[in-house]
Amino acid sequence: MVTTSSETILDIRGLEKTYKGGVQALAGVDLQIRKGEIFALLGPNGAGKTTLIGSVCGLVNPTGGTITAFGSDIRTNWREARRRIGLVPQELSFDMFDKVIRQVRYSRGMFGCPPDDGKIEEVLRSLSLWDKREEPIRKLSGGMKRRVMIAKALSHEPDLLFLDEPTAGVDVELRRDMWKQIEALRERGTTIILTTHYIEEAEEMADRVGVINKGQILLTDDKDAIMAQLGRTEAVFELAEPMEVIPSALSAYPVVLEDDGRKLVYRGGDGTGQGKRDVAELAQDLTRNGIAFTGLDSHESSLEEIFVGLLEDREEEAA
Amino acid sequence: MNIRGAIAILKNELMRFFRTAFGSILSPVLTTSLYIVVFGAAIGSQMDPAQFGGASYGAFIVPGLIMLTLLSESTSNASFGIYMPKFTGAIYELLSAPVGVTETIIGFVGAAAMKSLIIAGIILLTARVFVDYSIAHPLLAIGYIVLVAAAFALFGFILGLWADGFEKLQIVPMLILMPLTFLGGTFYSIDMLAEPWSTVAQFNPIFYLINGLRWTFTGSSDVPIGVAFGFTVAFLMLCVGFIAWVFKTGWRLRE
Repeated sequence: MVTTSSETILDIRGLEKTYKGGVQALAGVDLQIRKGEIFALLGPNGAGKTTLIGSVCGLVNPTGGTITAFGSDIRTNWREARRRIGLVPQELSFDMFDKVIRQVRYSRGMFGCPPDDGKIEEVLRSLSLWDKREEPIRKLSGGMKRRVMIAKALSHEPDLLFLDEPTAGVDVELRRDMWKQIEALRERGTTIILTTHYIEEAEEMADRVGVINKGQILLTDDKDAIMAQLGRTEAVFELAEPMEVIPSALSAYPVVLEDDGRKLVYRGGDGTGQGKRDVAELAQDLTRNGIAFTGLDSHESSLEEIFVGLLEDREEEAA
Repeated sequence: MNIRGAIAILKNELMRFFRTAFGSILSPVLTTSLYIVVFGAAIGSQMDPAQFGGASYGAFIVPGLIMLTLLSESTSNASFGIYMPKFTGAIYELLSAPVGVTETIIGFVGAAAMKSLIIAGIILLTARVFVDYSIAHPLLAIGYIVLVAAAFALFGFILGLWADGFEKLQIVPMLILMPLTFLGGTFYSIDMLAEPWSTVAQFNPIFYLINGLRWTFTGSSDVPIGVAFGFTVAFLMLCVGFIAWVFKTGWRLRE
């Protein structure tokens, strides 16, 4: 585990963006990113994730609010800020006819870095693109093309890297591979902000998670804290004999009977493993009390369920 | 200023040009050479030199054809140069890079102007094979050609920013620039036109460009050189001003 400092690398306050057609994509976003962390921005399609990233990276002109990166306003100090920020957009977009290595060199040059073939080689090797360096990009597979996008963004050694849906449309194996590479980047000290709608991705990699919906950040917290606060374990014991009342020996557990007493259901825990321990003890208590069960189905609530629940709660509140 | 960034863009744009060198150099050179052969050498030999300030008709049309090439090549090179990344989405990188209006102009417009200068140079050399022409003021001719290439590359850049489809990209060169160039005295002297057309021709801005260049070649033209030069510089400044405004406001670049 890499420690993240409390130093704020990016400070977004009251950020607003209303597009010309009147669509409000960002409705007052406040977000602070700490140096060295991996921050996952979760949200459904159209929540404002890409607009938020675009505002920091210079693709979108915000209509309100401020963005401070590396301690200074990005409007006044845009050159310095952009030099230190890298962006991997969602869409594959580059000169398809150009060779891999030339495109990566081009990106490095555009960001004002002196030519450095050693650095280019290092980036290409880390993304397993070195053997493909002389290939025209259009000949590469989809996954390889995405890596070229990442290589371009890394060519100028950014301190802050934005990955917009880095694994959208990427197969499971490549996704795991991508996660490893992102982790390796963080170990080198790069701060990473990624957007995703794969909760698994946030769960796997992020230090902190932010949930955005309808242009507003609903919550940001350490991933573990969210899991601890909102995480639940659900375990269903299929009983050999239906039960009418819960025996007093089990009353300490948060259990209920369902399916006419044929199922004993545990719902509790906190996402830190308490639930799992409870279920193990509960199973032993059932045996001790001579209650036979024929099946056990147990699962932890994922960030996905937390996320969906959160969005539903907000909608109910709003209604 | 991010000089490395400007050079990177310039090199990339030139690389793109040389990647398709066969088509992008050969076709304009061939087209223009055909004009010179057909109009200059074949038909021109039948014309009375007195109507063209004493020069042969072939020598008379060379500056006009150079101007035709400069205008269309500078405009289309620069418009495609900026339109393509907009079309493919690769523009994101330019927008997120520490690259401002100066670097962009040096990179995209510089490359587009250089391409059309290369083509103009080849045409000038090719023309020599078919037509006997001389250049009265070589330094001024070079300076003027560079100025026009830059001005219309800037214009093309604006066109590429404005266009949101391939059709729009073609409309201005084909429907405005090309007719104005043909009507601007590429193939004839304004004195040869009857009224009211000789007066109407004076409202065609490209008439001044062609005659400015012709003056540097033959030493005589239908308009004073100062007017032609002033007009070109004014047009160039207008384009630079507009592009600066685009970068300030993000028009057609940033949402």
